[in-house]
Amino acid sequence: MEPIKTLRSTTVVMPSTNIDTDQIIPARYLTVTTKTGLGKALFADLRYAADGTPKPDFVLNRAEAAGSRILVAGHNFGCGSSREHAPWALVDHGFRAVVSTAIADIFKTNALKNGLLPVIVDPATHRWLVEHPGAEVAIDLESTELALPDGRRVAFPIDRFARHCLLNGIDELGYLRGQLPAIERYEAAHGR
Amino acid sequence: MPARTMFDKVWAAHEVVPETPDTPAVLYIDLHLTHEVTSPQAFALLRAQGLRIRRPDRTLATLDHSTPTRTEQIFGDEPIGLTDAARQVHQLEENAREFGMELYGLRDPRRGIVHVIGPEQGHTRPGMTIVCGDSHTSTHGALGALAFGIGTTEVGHVLATQCLLQRKPKTLAVEVGGRLGAGVTAKDLILAIIGRIGVSGGTGHVLEYRGPAIAALSMAERMTVCNMSIEAGARAGMIAPDDVTLAYLAERPHRPRPADWDAAVAGWRALASDPGAAFDAHVAIDASVLEPMITYGTNPGMVLPIGGEIPNDRGDPVLERALAYMGFRAGEPMLGKRVDVVFVGSCTNGRLEDLQATAKILRGRRVAPGVRMLVVPGSQQIKREAEALGLAEVFRQAGAEWRESGCSMCLGMNGDTVPAGATAVSTSNRNFEGRQGAGARTLLASPYTAAASAVTGRITDPRDLL
Repeated sequence: MEPIKTLRSTTVVMPSTNIDTDQIIPARYLTVTTKTGLGKALFADLRYAADGTPKPDFVLNRAEAAGSRILVAGHNFGCGSSREHAPWALVDHGFRAVVSTAIADIFKTNALKNGLLPVIVDPATHRWLVEHPGAEVAIDLESTELALPDGRRVAFPIDRFARHCLLNGIDELGYLRGQLPAIERYEAAHGR
Repeated sequence: MPARTMFDKVWAAHEVVPETPDTPAVLYIDLHLTHEVTSPQAFALLRAQGLRIRRPDRTLATLDHSTPTRTEQIFGDEPIGLTDAARQVHQLEENAREFGMELYGLRDPRRGIVHVIGPEQGHTRPGMTIVCGDSHTSTHGALGALAFGIGTTEVGHVLATQCLLQRKPKTLAVEVGGRLGAGVTAKDLILAIIGRIGVSGGTGHVLEYRGPAIAALSMAERMTVCNMSIEAGARAGMIAPDDVTLAYLAERPHRPRPADWDAAVAGWRALASDPGAAFDAHVAIDASVLEPMITYGTNPGMVLPIGGEIPNDRGDPVLERALAYMGFRAGEPMLGKRVDVVFVGSCTNGRLEDLQATAKILRGRRVAPGVRMLVVPGSQQIKREAEALGLAEVFRQAGAEWRESGCSMCLGMNGDTVPAGATAVSTSNRNFEGRQGAGARTLLASPYTAAASAVTGRITDPRDLL
């Protein structure tokens, strides 16, 4: 995986709470055996009419959303199914960070493994971001801070190990395989 | 040693390497269940890195999600209608062959929904760590296992190492007092719990369901409760093993050998949380005041007693959007609303007891004209049992469709979908927008409520028909 250190982009705002993974990518798009090309299915039911034409009022279909890499979303983003297709679709579309006041557990884990930063901010910062769609913000993974256009910097929590892996482009499977001697000892000691 | 929760005990017994501020724990996984939808990319990773499944003996695959439920497509010559779904099914068959993984294949009598067959066949045991690329893995916690859903990258990690990198979650005790009333089921209980905790209230936590109302539940009912832990945002749900659990385990094909049984039981009995063990949070619910529950919105926390009225919180954008999607108005009663489709099945309510409850209502009655009812057993074994007990005949005579096992209309991946704009009463677990098909409107409820509503064609309190 490529290292991530900083990210600067305008935002796309989807203020709804509880945006579940069925909304992020409906189940009928999960019949794939690869990870690629899922960006076109991102938010499919919100984004396209039944005949496949883009809905002009959906935020991702507006001209100003093009090229945005930061999605600001309502509380409890990514709840529901464990489908990693959700972060795959977001990343394939071009997003590299989701900013919310809460992000569901499995989605957060899946996001971190695909270079999609889950950024949890306080309600006041979130409100500002929701009220200023398209604002240019910067996310610094080194300092774990989000910088607003007026210069305010807001710290966000992120698992230290995940941060280390993202900053250095470390593959977690490589790290885990490095633990194989300990795993073998465990199996021997515990009758596994 | 200080008093420990059941979760603490299971976690500690599987720590290969404990967590530090800088590194997550390396957690050993006893049982890894896989299915066709969330595993292909993990096998591609193994192939790309030249890796094998490290412990095929701790890995089991089944076909359920995009698998057809029409008998002709499983046992006859009719092809799987959806090309992509067929490719996914065949990919899992190929991966099982290439990587030496046991697969309960399309025509295997042990096949079924992954969270139904694990306990049913006796693969799921108390005290185990169990994972699967599926959020409803929490189901297995009903037997006192620590079981949770993972993503596909983590599926690859477990295949390659039999371990996961994990941060230790917190614990939440859900104390359920009293006893469920007649016609009020485990499904109504867990919907009420989710309504209380909220859909993100369990985030970062493992729930332990405890108290007299939980102890009084059968294994199938406990699985229904633990199944929907994820709908409260929780990583997992657990229930301490007791005599009910032991009686269930004693009848499983993969139970421990007689010589090992007593030692196994002693270990399982020691799993219950110690008296005075500290939980990070507590919730208390009185089961005896609960009524049949039904959802009215687009997440499982938007739920009310079936005789209730849709909340009237003007100006709440979440509620307004949900009601617009559902075609409902604030303040309306749920009873009497028109129903187009009824689905009984899923890892939540696709077990034999659920089918018995459905048949209890349907016996001697007909599904209302214009209503499509689909009954899908959770496993092929349950299908055979239901047929032997005459339940399948009750469903057919009532005018319901009786299918082969699978996830089916819970998420509509196999083509079993609810049409856009149609209202479905479903015994499944998610009423998200589009979950059962683009534009489908889902009302989550118990098998009793689903069957009663099928008979009248309207949302109906099942206690009127019991």
